[in-house]
Amino acid sequence: MKILVIEDEPEIRNDIMQSLQQENYVVESAPDYEAAREKLGVYEYDCILLDIGLPGGNGLQLLDELKKEGKQSGVIIVSAKGSIDDKVKGLDLGADDYLSKPFHMAELRARIKSLIRRKKLGGSTTIEINNVIIHTEQRAVYINDTQLQLNRKEFDVLLYMATNRNRLVNKTALAEHVWGDYIDEVNSFDFIYSQIKNLRKKLKEQHARIEIQAVYGVGYKLTDI
Amino acid sequence: MKVLNYITSYLAIILLVIISIWAGIFYYAMLGEIYDSIDDGLDNQKGLILQKVAVDSTILNKVGFEEGDYAIREISAETARNFRDVYSDTSMFMQNEQDFEPVRLLNTAFEHKGRYYQMQVVTSMVEEDDLVRELLYALIWLYAGLIITILILNNFLLKRTWRPFYQLLAQLKNFRLEKPVVETPPTKIEEFRLLNEAVQKMVQGTTDSYNSQKHFIENASHELQTPLAISINKLEALAEGGRLTSEDAKLLQTALNNLERLTRLNRSLLLLSKIENRQFASEEDVNINELVNKIIADFHDQLQFNNLSVEMAEQETCTVNMNHDLALIMITNLVKNAVVHNYKGGKITIDIRRNSLTVGNTGKAEPLNRERLFQRFYKEDETASSTGLGLAIVKAIAEAYGFSVDYSFRQLHLISVSFNK
Repeated sequence: MKILVIEDEPEIRNDIMQSLQQENYVVESAPDYEAAREKLGVYEYDCILLDIGLPGGNGLQLLDELKKEGKQSGVIIVSAKGSIDDKVKGLDLGADDYLSKPFHMAELRARIKSLIRRKKLGGSTTIEINNVIIHTEQRAVYINDTQLQLNRKEFDVLLYMATNRNRLVNKTALAEHVWGDYIDEVNSFDFIYSQIKNLRKKLKEQHARIEIQAVYGVGYKLTDI
Repeated sequence: MKVLNYITSYLAIILLVIISIWAGIFYYAMLGEIYDSIDDGLDNQKGLILQKVAVDSTILNKVGFEEGDYAIREISAETARNFRDVYSDTSMFMQNEQDFEPVRLLNTAFEHKGRYYQMQVVTSMVEEDDLVRELLYALIWLYAGLIITILILNNFLLKRTWRPFYQLLAQLKNFRLEKPVVETPPTKIEEFRLLNEAVQKMVQGTTDSYNSQKHFIENASHELQTPLAISINKLEALAEGGRLTSEDAKLLQTALNNLERLTRLNRSLLLLSKIENRQFASEEDVNINELVNKIIADFHDQLQFNNLSVEMAEQETCTVNMNHDLALIMITNLVKNAVVHNYKGGKITIDIRRNSLTVGNTGKAEPLNRERLFQRFYKEDETASSTGLGLAIVKAIAEAYGFSVDYSFRQLHLISVSFNK
């Protein structure tokens, strides 16, 4: 699985690369428009992370060229502007997803995995961790072939944690992913804890060989048992 | 009072005074001239009578005025010597008017063949009361004429002259910083030209500083995003490393929480700038009822967690033409506000009418500060970790569309948005 990170901010580029390398992806990077064009001209990538504001040119232009050449790479646009125009334009030009800066690494990983799942034509849309199988399309979870009864939000939490398996997921990242961007008051995070508690209980009852651990009060981590 | 009426009323008073003084002077000057002319006439008549006496001495016996306009009576030489010509005003019975009318009388003396005579010559005089009356009428007409002329001049000439001023005034009245255009009409009058220039300069200056301030906030928030994101990523990586003592972890958690709070604050400020900079251009008909129901559903977990009950009163269907994202943000902020400033087991009421949305919640027992509630960074409770921008964003969105937002307290804290433009 090969990913190209086109991002001009060196610290952010490094963070993204490190985070993705830990997921065992092959990650390459380009700091500006020209470098990105060269790489795109020579290599094929499964997924491209594309910053719109680049030194030397606009990321949307790269996207346009890419699509004209008929490349099958999945493209996630990243924009610091957070402007709706960029989003609409990008998606019109054939981008697969849109992420506005600043974002959590957990969110980025989830988006990339979701994109790769969708791109794999005819491939499995299931995530299998030990004895737990998550069917992402049917939104169903099986443990040892028994279906686990989860409500909508519990499923979203589990899926998000599973796509970030063994990685720390920040509470804010989880809340924003599952409950929407505008849920951001700290005192409402207590209720996330209660949701996680329910989920843990259900997993344990079915003897799932995964568990959700709290990490220093910063966030949670899905680990194998 | 309009400047035109102001000038007219001043002119009316000034003209009244000037015309009155002028009338007095004119009256006396004219009267003097009339006397002068009448007295000359009497003198001339006297000469004619004396010529007549020289050829016809019978008239020396004309003692009464009768049909003529003179009378002669013999006097002693002594009296005649001390005699002086005297012009005087008197009155005389006039046959035609059947009344005593004012006359001018010349009392004089002359000598004829060694004998002395006194002679009185009269001529009819102007009637002073008539003269005054005529003069008064004339002046009233003059005054009225002048005032009417001034009014007409004001209405046509002055109005025409002041037109650029009024046009400028009308534009300034409708001036809004969001649409800073003042079109000053060209004018030949220097004062107005200067005024136009000054106003243009001022508008430009105000707009520039307003814009730079707006863009400063936007740029600052924008520039802060990257370092914030990097800091959070690094701290998360540190937490993920798993080599922390629980003391370290607590410090890390506090740092992360605050960085995230800063991120939220920054995001809200950026959103506010974007609303104010009108970066949400696209508009559509938004069904408020549907949106409210969707948002309440999204808040389901939080509502349940806080044991809050929702009383939904959809009186009518409310459709508003606005940006969909902004509508979502506005209603989300209202609902969030009602959730956050509530107590466990409290209540949230939602009332939707054709042109309004009211969100109420239980909370503090006393009313909140109505003036400051919608201000940026205003917090009822200083320790609260909210950004203090939620309701400011609601207000900014409402203002962008000309809606009004109001707060009232009737056991519940009620915030209502009226979509009437």
